[in-house]
Amino acid sequence: MSVKVWVAVAAALLAVLLVPPLLTPGADSGEGSQVRALRVLVPNAPGGGYDITARTAAKAMEDADLLRNAEVFNLPGAGGTVGLGRTVGERGNGKLIMSMGLGVVGAVYTNKSPNSLLDTTPIAKLIEEPDIVVVAKDSPYTSMQQLVDAWKANPGTVTVGGGSAPGGPDHLAPMLIAKAVGLPPKTVNYIPFDGGGELLASVLGGKVAFGVSGVGEYRDQIQAGTLRVLAVTSKNRIEGVDAPTLQQSGVDVEFTNWRGIVAPPGISPTDKAKLVEVFQNLQKTPQWKEALQRNGWTDAFAPGDEFRTFLENENKRVATVLKDLGLA
Amino acid sequence: MEQLLDGFATALTPTHLLLAAIGVLLGTAIGVLPGIGPAMAVALLLPVTYGMEPTGAFIMFAGIYYGGMFGGSTTSILLNTPGESAAVVAAFEGNPMARKGRGAQALAAAAIGHFTGGIIGTILIVLLAPFVAKHAVDIGAPDLFAVMVLAFIAVTSVLGASRIRGFASLLIGLTLGLVGLDEMTGQQRLTFGSLHLADGIDIVVVAVALFAVGEALWVAAHLRRKPFEPIPVGRPWLSKADLKRTWKPWLRGPVIGFPFGAIPAGGAEIPTFLSYVTEKRLSKHKDEFGKGAIEGVAGPESTASASAAGTLVTMLTLGLPTTAVAAVMLAAFQQYGIQPGPLLFQRESGLVWALIASLFIGLTLLLVLNLPLAPLWAKLLRIPRPYLYAGILFFASVGAYAVNADIFDLLLMFVIGLLGFGMRRYGLPVLPAIIGVILGPAAEQQMRRSLQLSDGSLTGLVNSPMAVVVYVVIVVILFFPLIRRFLPSPTPPAAPPPEREKIDA
Repeated sequence: MSVKVWVAVAAALLAVLLVPPLLTPGADSGEGSQVRALRVLVPNAPGGGYDITARTAAKAMEDADLLRNAEVFNLPGAGGTVGLGRTVGERGNGKLIMSMGLGVVGAVYTNKSPNSLLDTTPIAKLIEEPDIVVVAKDSPYTSMQQLVDAWKANPGTVTVGGGSAPGGPDHLAPMLIAKAVGLPPKTVNYIPFDGGGELLASVLGGKVAFGVSGVGEYRDQIQAGTLRVLAVTSKNRIEGVDAPTLQQSGVDVEFTNWRGIVAPPGISPTDKAKLVEVFQNLQKTPQWKEALQRNGWTDAFAPGDEFRTFLENENKRVATVLKDLGLA
Repeated sequence: MEQLLDGFATALTPTHLLLAAIGVLLGTAIGVLPGIGPAMAVALLLPVTYGMEPTGAFIMFAGIYYGGMFGGSTTSILLNTPGESAAVVAAFEGNPMARKGRGAQALAAAAIGHFTGGIIGTILIVLLAPFVAKHAVDIGAPDLFAVMVLAFIAVTSVLGASRIRGFASLLIGLTLGLVGLDEMTGQQRLTFGSLHLADGIDIVVVAVALFAVGEALWVAAHLRRKPFEPIPVGRPWLSKADLKRTWKPWLRGPVIGFPFGAIPAGGAEIPTFLSYVTEKRLSKHKDEFGKGAIEGVAGPESTASASAAGTLVTMLTLGLPTTAVAAVMLAAFQQYGIQPGPLLFQRESGLVWALIASLFIGLTLLLVLNLPLAPLWAKLLRIPRPYLYAGILFFASVGAYAVNADIFDLLLMFVIGLLGFGMRRYGLPVLPAIIGVILGPAAEQQMRRSLQLSDGSLTGLVNSPMAVVVYVVIVVILFFPLIRRFLPSPTPPAAPPPEREKIDA
């Protein structure tokens, strides 16, 4: 090969290898509560929800000098349970954390994973993102009540689309709604799509009767008036979306997708306290507050043991729904 | 038009030009390196670009996206190891060409194909964005399933000499495609309780294993018996005859690729395959297909880049990502507090037009970079065969491992590689298996989704005008030979044109 090619290849490699380290200070002089050389495992692909949460948090913590030399890496597979298996396997490692969320709770059941989230050391719940019940602007349904009546009369033809596979948040939400209005989950005609984006096309095109998904990807369409939101699933109404909550519409369900951080089992109490503290401090940084706003996330911080209780409850709730469907 | 010129003015500033150049260089390098696709590259670069203003960052990302397409076909053609799914089809004809000493021509045909496809695709973005935004959402599961059926009919043309062996190979592919969690119900299929198989088997792993590993084993098994002869490296430039054969495929590519990129769940795999089959049908050199026909490289590569442009349309105008790269770029937009969607062209028109202008510039840079490189890359094949194949195996292993950093994928690749060796030994063509892995899961998903939408009624498969049109075309293609037999006088001139039109549609 000619010199030119070698130069091109070498330049590209250098750019890949050198640019990221140059942009993060490499000096090793932190003290006190600063955590060094932390590895953050992301159990889904780059660009996914857990990935964005992990990278945003790591960046905000580095900017605020809470963290030095954090490394975010991806280990995707089986709805996050491959990463979970790795985390549970690294017993006692206080320098590893995993970014995760509600999706992993369901994936443990659908993938028949040998490890459960309750095997880990919960560090903190970070954020929540409410789901919305949404229809196209020319849909016949204008209120949740109308939709529920039609749905109960004919669960087969009133199809519901969601952006996650069975066991994921967008699947659980309609099942919980169905249960609350007295419709057996097994009769629900749920059609999974590959993410909220693909679902969006089917809702806009009127292919599915209604969609249930995170509000994030839909804000622009809602603002443009091409989508109508019938209800939000969270406890309170959300800013910028003119729709009642499920409870205000007479459906007794409160549901939000959430994301948090867990660590391997058996880490020392000091390590655990240190990690919890880092995330506690993250809450106060302006960088994190700005990131929350930018991504449309709701702050839902819950430290270690509180997060554990929450996880146990979520685990039970998910298990009940999936058992009804024969998936757990 | 004025906005586009403003866009060029923004994109041609030295900073942006430099960023575009970095983007295409990185993209090409990433495309050539196994295991890192453009999606991952953009995701990894996201944190680095936080500090930059959004226009510059997106100009760079767009460069990486198109650059990855250019680079991806390089390994596909030279080493028979596709780096990403869009480049799988390039190996079909590109690698036989490279082994005949026409590697440089294959690379040049691919590069010009990407350029033409990308440029036409980008022009179509400018002209058709509002139209596509309005109609892309009308295409639903029944329409997509009808197109899949058409693609399955088209598979018959790659079955090879023996139908039975061809179908056996197709079934192997379909079976591999079944592995994983059933997407509709969450039940496990052929996973044998392994979490690693729950997501199914990646098409890139299958393609690399069947093409590269299978062939390396085959060569290793025969190297001692055959006299050693290095792969010839012919003259580097496209001849007049080559150009005559390739200009039409280059122009036909976007017709197939652009719409597929724009529709939800379209992607680049199925259109590149359809383009390959179309070129095979239309070519005057049908006998050369499978042995290195240049049309089989030119068409699909142009299609791949045009589909990348189509993807950008739906992402920008609807906020709807149809491929992994688009999904990452969408996340990037959101990081900057910009929400792609119907209001984007009004709210951020400066950024959008600068981005579109930078696509033109990026493509030109890529062509300038890749054409002179083609003969240099082709010289790689002068490496003596044992070292070359060792290198290929090394690259394939790194690629399979890098996708998920999982040793299991490596094992899987070698097991499927052994299967590929066995298939070569018993004369089973490899191509139908690859097509089975691509088409099987997609067709299943669309069919079950259509039936679910209609609550189990079979009318759900034919309740849209487009689906009906496609089925009519299929019936015409299938029964045409029969009908022709009963026609009184031979009227062949009327036959081929409609058939070709329909395949393009």
